[in-house]
Amino acid sequence: MSAPNDYDPVEVTALHPDEVARMLDEALAAIAAADSLEALKEAKAAHAGDRSPLALANREIGALPPSAKAEAGKRVGGARKKVGEALKARQAALEEERDARVLVEESVDVTLPWDRSPRGARHPITTVAERMTDIFVGMGFEVAEGPEVEAEWYNFDALNFLPDHPARTMQDTFFVEAPSGGPSGQVLRTHTSPVQVRALLSRELPVYVVAPGTTFRTDELDATHTPVFHQLEGLVVDEGITLAHLRGAIDAFVEGMFGSGLKTRFRASYFPFTEPSAEVDMECFVCRGASVGDPDAPCRTCSSEGWIEIGGCGVVNPRVLTAAGVDTERYSGWAFGLGIERTLMFANGVKDMHDMVEGDVRFTSAFGMEV
Amino acid sequence: MRVPLSWLRAHVDLPEGTTARGLASRLTEAGLEVETVESVGADITGPLVAGRVLEIEELTGFKKPIRYCRVDVGAANGTGEPQQIICGATNFAAGDLVTVALPGAELPGGFKIGARKTYGRMSEGMICSASELELWEDHTGIMVLAEGTAEPGDDAFSYLPLRDEVLDIAVTPDRGYALSVRGVARDAAAVYGVPFRDPAAGAEDIAPGEGAQPARVDDAALCGRYVLRTVTGFDPEAPTPVWMKRRLALCGVRPISLAVDVTNYVMMELGQPLHAWDGGALKGALEVRAARPGETLETLDHTERRLDPDDIVIADERGPVNIAGVMGGAATEIGLSSTDVVIEAALFSATHIARTSRRHQLSSESSRRFERGVDSALQPAAASRATALLVELGGGRAERGGTHIGAGAPPEPIRIDAGLPGRIAGLEYPRETVLRRLEEVGCAVRADGDALDVTPPTWRPDLTDPNDLAEEVIRLEGYANIPSVPPRAPAGRGLTATQRRHRAVGRALAAAGHTEVLNYPFTGGRDLDALQLEAGDPRRSSVRLANPLNDDEPLLRTTLLPGLLKTLVRNTGRGFADVALFEAGRVYLPVPGAPERAPLPGVDRAPSAEERAGIDAALPHQPMRVGAVLAGRREPAGWWGEGRPALWADAIASAREAARAAGAELTVRAGRTAPWHPGRCAALYVLAGGEEVLVGHAGELHPRVVKAFGLPERTAAMEIDLDLVERAAAGPRAPEVSGYPVATQDVALVVPSETAAGEVEAALRDGAGELLEEVRLFDVYTGEQAGEGRKSLAYALRFRAPDRTLTAEEAGAARDAAVAEAARRTGAVLRG
Repeated sequence: MSAPNDYDPVEVTALHPDEVARMLDEALAAIAAADSLEALKEAKAAHAGDRSPLALANREIGALPPSAKAEAGKRVGGARKKVGEALKARQAALEEERDARVLVEESVDVTLPWDRSPRGARHPITTVAERMTDIFVGMGFEVAEGPEVEAEWYNFDALNFLPDHPARTMQDTFFVEAPSGGPSGQVLRTHTSPVQVRALLSRELPVYVVAPGTTFRTDELDATHTPVFHQLEGLVVDEGITLAHLRGAIDAFVEGMFGSGLKTRFRASYFPFTEPSAEVDMECFVCRGASVGDPDAPCRTCSSEGWIEIGGCGVVNPRVLTAAGVDTERYSGWAFGLGIERTLMFANGVKDMHDMVEGDVRFTSAFGMEV
Repeated sequence: MRVPLSWLRAHVDLPEGTTARGLASRLTEAGLEVETVESVGADITGPLVAGRVLEIEELTGFKKPIRYCRVDVGAANGTGEPQQIICGATNFAAGDLVTVALPGAELPGGFKIGARKTYGRMSEGMICSASELELWEDHTGIMVLAEGTAEPGDDAFSYLPLRDEVLDIAVTPDRGYALSVRGVARDAAAVYGVPFRDPAAGAEDIAPGEGAQPARVDDAALCGRYVLRTVTGFDPEAPTPVWMKRRLALCGVRPISLAVDVTNYVMMELGQPLHAWDGGALKGALEVRAARPGETLETLDHTERRLDPDDIVIADERGPVNIAGVMGGAATEIGLSSTDVVIEAALFSATHIARTSRRHQLSSESSRRFERGVDSALQPAAASRATALLVELGGGRAERGGTHIGAGAPPEPIRIDAGLPGRIAGLEYPRETVLRRLEEVGCAVRADGDALDVTPPTWRPDLTDPNDLAEEVIRLEGYANIPSVPPRAPAGRGLTATQRRHRAVGRALAAAGHTEVLNYPFTGGRDLDALQLEAGDPRRSSVRLANPLNDDEPLLRTTLLPGLLKTLVRNTGRGFADVALFEAGRVYLPVPGAPERAPLPGVDRAPSAEERAGIDAALPHQPMRVGAVLAGRREPAGWWGEGRPALWADAIASAREAARAAGAELTVRAGRTAPWHPGRCAALYVLAGGEEVLVGHAGELHPRVVKAFGLPERTAAMEIDLDLVERAAAGPRAPEVSGYPVATQDVALVVPSETAAGEVEAALRDGAGELLEEVRLFDVYTGEQAGEGRKSLAYALRFRAPDRTLTAEEAGAARDAAVAEAARRTGAVLRG
C-alpha cells in the first residue's frame, strides 16, 4: 500500500492501538483454542502467517511519517512477538501431549528374551594364566616360551637331574619314541623349567622372565590330577639376587591374585635345579587360619590346614647356570613354578579337575571373558 | 618314612611340652615334610588288664571251636573272682598270660566291650589279640604274653606300648639319611638345639677270623664296602619281642620272624639296608659282581627274574643268590629251620640300584635307601648292631670273624665363604651360627678366617656343592627369617606382538560366540581314520609316545580337529544342540629327515650354537594353531523366529575372525581336502612377502566324517596355523579418513554358476582403483532372468576421494573400470 507521508497513524485503522490489541487477542484465543498440532498449524497460518492481520498491519507502517513509525512499529512488533511466543509454547505443549500418547502406544515388553547372538567364553585356565602372567609383567618381567615336546637335555640334564637319580624318575615322564622305535632323547616336558635354560641361553643378562605353559606327566585323570596341566615358571638371574627377592616376588603375586594381607611361608624342599629349594604356602585366603584346630568351622579351601601350597621355588642351582653359560661368580638367581590349575581351583572354587578338562560349555561359560 | 615319636625320643631329648604336631611343623619347615601325624591307640580306653588263663572249657556243637575260659584278672574286676570269657581262638593254654578287655573297655574303631550272652554263656569281656589292640597285624590268635611281663590285674597300658604318635615324613630324594630314625632324630635335635644320641656310635671294627663267611667284590664301583657277620646256633623259633614288633609295625613294616625283623629294625633305626641269609643254604664264598648274560634268579616274591648285565648280584658257587640291594633270592631265604644266619651290610652303587629297581619294577625299602645314598661308613656298625640283637634275642653266638671289604671313599672337603648362606638368603648369619649349624648336621669344619673347609659327614652324600651347605644353614635357621623384598626388574618390554596376538585371537573368537576348550593332545589312528585322511596324508605322520596313558592314543596330534569334534560330541550328548567351540594350541609335526635322537651335550658348560641347533633339529615342528567347530544353530531359535543354522560359511567367518585378530586378512578360495565336504571346503590364504601362503581350511565337514564322529549333521569346522598367519601380520597403519561425500553405485553382474564370487569381487576391487572404499555383495540370484547355468551377483560399490567431492562422471568411470575388469577375468556381463 502506498500513501502520502503526512498520514496520521491513528487515522490508519489497522494500526490503531485498539485494533492491534483486538488482533492480538484474536490470535491468542485461536492459539489457545488449537487442540491439535494440525489446528495449531492452521492458527499459525491465520494469525502469524504472511496474510495474517498483524502481518498486514505491519506493512502499513512503512507508509507512516518517520515520526510515527517507531511507536507503531513497537506496538505491532510487540503483538507479533507475543503471538510467536504463544505459538511456541502451545507447540511445545501439544508435542508433549502427542509424545506422551504415541510413546505409550509404542511400549513393549522389555522382559522378552533377546539372546540372539551366541555367547562365547574363554577357558578359565587361559584367563587365569594370563592374569598370573600379567602380575609379573607389571613388575617388569617378560614372557619366555619353549617347546612342549622337549629335548631331555633341556628337561632334565641341564636342570641337574642326573641320569639315574630318583628325582628323574619321580616325575612320571611321557617319553617320545624315535621313528625306529628306540629312544629319541625327547619327552613331553614334565615342567616349564626347561624354559629357564632356553631363556638364559637366548637372552641377555639380567633375565627377568615368566613362562606360562602346558606340561605333561603320566598321571591318570581324577579329581585332583590330570596328565596335561599348566604351570607358570618364573626366573630371575641378576647380580646380588637373594631369597628375599624371591619372597618379595611371591608376596606380590599372592597379593595380586588373592588380595592383600596374606602371609606366605617357605618350607625347605628339594628340586634338582634349585639349591636351596622350598615349597611355598600362602595363608588360606578364606579362613586365614581360623579353621585350624576348630572342628566346628572346617575350611574346605585349605582342609583346615590354614595354609595352601601354591608352588615350589628356590635359588637357581649354580650347576644349571653353568649349563646355561652364566658366570656363577657374578650372577645368581632364583626360580619358581606355580600351578595354574591349583590357582584356579583355589581362586575360583573349582572342585574337580574333570571340569577343567572335559570342555563342557556350562563350566567354561560361567567364566566369561576374564577371571 | 614313618617315625614313631617314642622311638625318636630314645635318641633326642625334645624340650618339655613338645607335641607331635609342634615337632611336625618344625621338621616340615626344615625340609622333612611331615604329611600326617597319626595318634595310634588314642581311642583305646580301659579297663584293659593282664589276666592268667585258669581253666578252659571247650564248647561243642558250634561250627567252630569255642572256648569258655576262666581268667584271673586279679582285683581289676572289683570282685577278685575269675572272669568268665568266651573266646574263639585256640592258640593258648591254661596258665598263659594274656591281655583282657573288661566290660566298659573300648578298643580301636569304637569297639565297646560289654558283658553279654553268647554261645549260651555269659561272656564278661574279651581276651585280646595283637590285631584287636592295633599293635601289629597278627591273625594267629590271642597275644600270649611272655612270662614275667605282668601280674594278673596289671593295667595293660603299663606293660604294652598301646599308645604312640607316628610322623609320616615324605622324604625328598636328596635326603636319604632321613629314611631312618637316626637321621630324623639328628635333624630334630638340630632344630630344637638339644643333644642327639647316635644309635650307631661305638661300633666295634670287624676283622677277619674264624667263622667268617668268605666273600669278594669284583669291582669297587659296584660296591664300595661289603660287610658280613655270621651268627650260629640261632633259635629260629625265638619270638620277636613286643617292643620291636611294635616299632616295626608303627613304621609300616610287617613283623615276620626274629631274623628278618632284626634286619628291618636296624634298617629303620640306622638307615642301612641289611640282608640275612640262611647260612646253611649258601655254598662257598660269596661274590659281588655284575650279573652274567642269561642268569636268572627266583626272588623272595617267588618271581623268576631274568638278570641284566647291569644288575649287581651276590652269587655263591652255584650262581646268583640275591639281586644286590633290591631283593633276596627265594632259595637262601631265612626259614623256620635256619640256625645259621649270615648278615650282609653293603654300600652298593646308587645308580646301579636305581636302574635295577626300575628295570625289574621292584621298589623295596632297601632299594629306596640305596638309590638315595646310604651312609658310606655305617656298614660295620649296622652289621654289628644286627648281630648283637640276634645274639641277645635269638640265643645265637656271634662268630668272631667277619668280612669287611672296601673302605668307601671319604667325603671331600668343600670350601665355602662363611658369608655364602647369608648372601643367598638375603640376611646376615653370624659366622658362629654358620659353623654351629654345619656341625649339627655332622660336618667337620676347618675355619681359616671366613674361608671354611667343610667336610660333609658320611651320611650326607647329597652335600657336594657350596649351595648345599648354605641350604643346611638356612633351613635350620628357618625360612621364616627371610625378609620380603620386592625384586627390581629393569623396565620390561611387555608381551611380544605374537603373544598379544594370540590373546587377541582367543578374545575375538570368544566374543564371536565360541567357547574355548583345552583338549589333550593325545590321539590315535582311529581319529585319523575318522577324519577320512588318505594313507599318504602328511597329518598321518605323527610323533609317537613310548609310554602312552591309553594304548589307543599313542600319538600326538597333528591337527586340532579330532579333539574339538570329540568335545563337541560330548556337549551335544549332554543336551547342547547349538555349540560353537574353539581351541588354540600346538600341534606336533615330525620334521622329515630330522635326527633320530636329540643329542645330550655335557652340562659343565653351555652347549655351543651348533649343539643347540642339533638339539632343536631333532624336535618336531610345533606350530600354534587355532581351530573351531560349529553345530546346530548359529543364531538360536526364539520368539523372534527359527534362528539360523550354523553353516560352512560360519566356519570361514570364524577363521577370518581369528586371522583378523592375529593381524591378517584371509583370501578364500575353493579347496578340497579331508575332512571337509569336497564342495564346501575353503582353502584359506594370507599374502606374506608378496606370496600367497596356505594357512588352513574351513567349511562343512564331509558326511562320512560327521558319521564317523557321531556329529550333528552339517557340522562345520575350521583350522588355521597362527604362525603362518602371523607372517602376513603387520601393525595397523592409520587410514586417511576422508570427510568428502560418498558416491554409491550398484552393479548386477551375470556370471556362469560355477564362477567363484570371490574372484568376481577381487576383479571389481582391482578394477575400481583407489577411489573404491568398499564392495559389498548384497544379492545372489539364480532364477530365470539370470539365464540357464548362470547367476547374477549384485554388488554395492562405495567410492570416495580423499580430497574432493566425486562427480557422477568420476564415480561412473570407476564403476565401469571395475565392471570391465570383472568382465575380463570372469566373463561377467552387466545386467540390464
